[in-house]
Amino acid sequence: MEAGTARFEPGSRRWRRAFESRRVLAPALIVPAVVFMVLVVGVPFGWAIYLSLTDAVGGSLSGNWVGFDNFITAWGDDNFQKALRNTLIFTFASQAIVLVCAAVVSHYLVRDFRGKWFLRLLIILPWAAPVSLATIGWLWIFDSLFSVINWTLGHALGLVDTADPPQWLGRPNLALMAVIVVHAWRILPFAVVIFIAGLASIPSEVDDAAKIDGATGIKKLLYVTLPLQLPIALVALLFGIVFTAADFTVVYVLTQGGPFNSTQMLTTWSFQIGINSGSLGEGAAISLYLFPLLAVVSIVMLLFARRAQVS
Amino acid sequence: MRRKLPTYLVLTPFAIVLAFPFYWMLVTMFKEDLDLYSADNVPYVYNPLQWTFWESATTKHVTFIFEETNYPTWLLNTFFVGAAVVAITLVFALPAGYALARLAGRWGQSAGIGIFLVYLVPPTLLFLPMSRLIVELGRLPGIDDDRGLQNSLWALILVYPSFTIPFATWLLMGFFKTIPQELEDAALIDGCSRIQALLRIVFPISLPGILTVVIFAFALCVNEFIYAFTMISSSEARTVSTGVPNDLIRGDVFFWQSLMAATFIPSIVLALLYNSFLDRFIKGFTGGAFR
Repeated sequence: MEAGTARFEPGSRRWRRAFESRRVLAPALIVPAVVFMVLVVGVPFGWAIYLSLTDAVGGSLSGNWVGFDNFITAWGDDNFQKALRNTLIFTFASQAIVLVCAAVVSHYLVRDFRGKWFLRLLIILPWAAPVSLATIGWLWIFDSLFSVINWTLGHALGLVDTADPPQWLGRPNLALMAVIVVHAWRILPFAVVIFIAGLASIPSEVDDAAKIDGATGIKKLLYVTLPLQLPIALVALLFGIVFTAADFTVVYVLTQGGPFNSTQMLTTWSFQIGINSGSLGEGAAISLYLFPLLAVVSIVMLLFARRAQVS
Repeated sequence: MRRKLPTYLVLTPFAIVLAFPFYWMLVTMFKEDLDLYSADNVPYVYNPLQWTFWESATTKHVTFIFEETNYPTWLLNTFFVGAAVVAITLVFALPAGYALARLAGRWGQSAGIGIFLVYLVPPTLLFLPMSRLIVELGRLPGIDDDRGLQNSLWALILVYPSFTIPFATWLLMGFFKTIPQELEDAALIDGCSRIQALLRIVFPISLPGILTVVIFAFALCVNEFIYAFTMISSSEARTVSTGVPNDLIRGDVFFWQSLMAATFIPSIVLALLYNSFLDRFIKGFTGGAFR
């Protein structure tokens, strides 16, 4: 044992010294993660692009090269147009709700007060709960016969006809509204958390300076807190856009794209075409229509990160 | 006290709206059929069917999912997948997060953001090729045909790190940046190698941060839907997030009490964990972005 260690000493020492230098150690620690990422994200992504340019069908991983045919065919489909429009409405409507509410909630939730732990638990519940399960809760809330909303509006308040109550998930416009509300409900706590993170990073000197200059209440909110919160609001918005535009679960569990494809999104439509109809190539092309949106978001994020670095 | 009043006035309505579906789940899961499916009853409370209201509540729908369905199996599967994925994630993300925070100077920041952008590549962009690749991998020699990767929890364990590693690396980078450099320098002067300093000083101090990453990475796995949905079709191999919507909802027959029990239990457990680790999460999240 002793002899063995002695014999390998020079080699292991050199090896060890190499590990002391940042130039070797940093890549050695980072590369495994990067390689893994390339394998499990890069390869499938490349494959998705390849598939979108072929006529591959379900059950195979390749097909004949068809150029941009899939993108053109998909674009010509009415349901695709609807899905594209819905995705944009879904994303921007729910994010508008989220941003406004998150600004208000975080402004108050960042303070200390009695019962904060419990109120915060209630507020973050929608974010902590598994999406598909929380959405089933909404399925029950929107139930066609026993919707608690309809009971409250009809039996308790007399605002709607109890014999023919609104079918929240059964009418095109109502259903689109429902998925927007449910998704905003789910993303809001996450945005609140990011806002709080942003507020927490505002140095306390700013607070003191504002106090000395006499900025309090609404004035402080408008001229001090909100401008300082703008960068973090942008981060929350970018996250929100990506998570919403790419969401599949909420829409699938609530409506499966129905009624009459009125809540079809790019994600559910690509699932419908790629898996259910088995046109793997076209399905991949449909999901790739999301990419420009995500690319823009990423670029904005990079620019923002560089600015944050400079200042 | 008067200064706190606006806080309560604003936050309470938000809390009620946000938490309402979970209150609704909780009320529903203990209801008798007669109480639940009657439009004359007030749905928010238990309506007495017998003489006393507690006789109108029942736990039979809750015990049903544990005894008569695959629900316990799904919970176990979820736990197994989550634990395995978290372990894999830490193996890759701990070194990477540390190196990005400490060793890689200027390009470390850019690399960190690069890794984080990978987190923004959504599963909905990847699930079509991913589900096919998993099937093909299952056909490789050496993998038993009947028990190929498809329909196997191992498929999920292979795929889930694709989003947990970038997420965890970013958070860990934030945590490591908050640890004073002097502590490490002292250890290095005392004759520790960098790796030793990492294992003996940095990781132990970062334990709360690491635990936070464990919780949130685990939660990401519990949440995941589309991969589990497209890769696993047999009921026994499902996780809770796909098992409940796929196998507990059968056609138009909903047994709402059981469904609500199945959704409420994991939700409240995760929410309690989130709430306990939220402050640390916020620290790690900002630590990575703004110093």
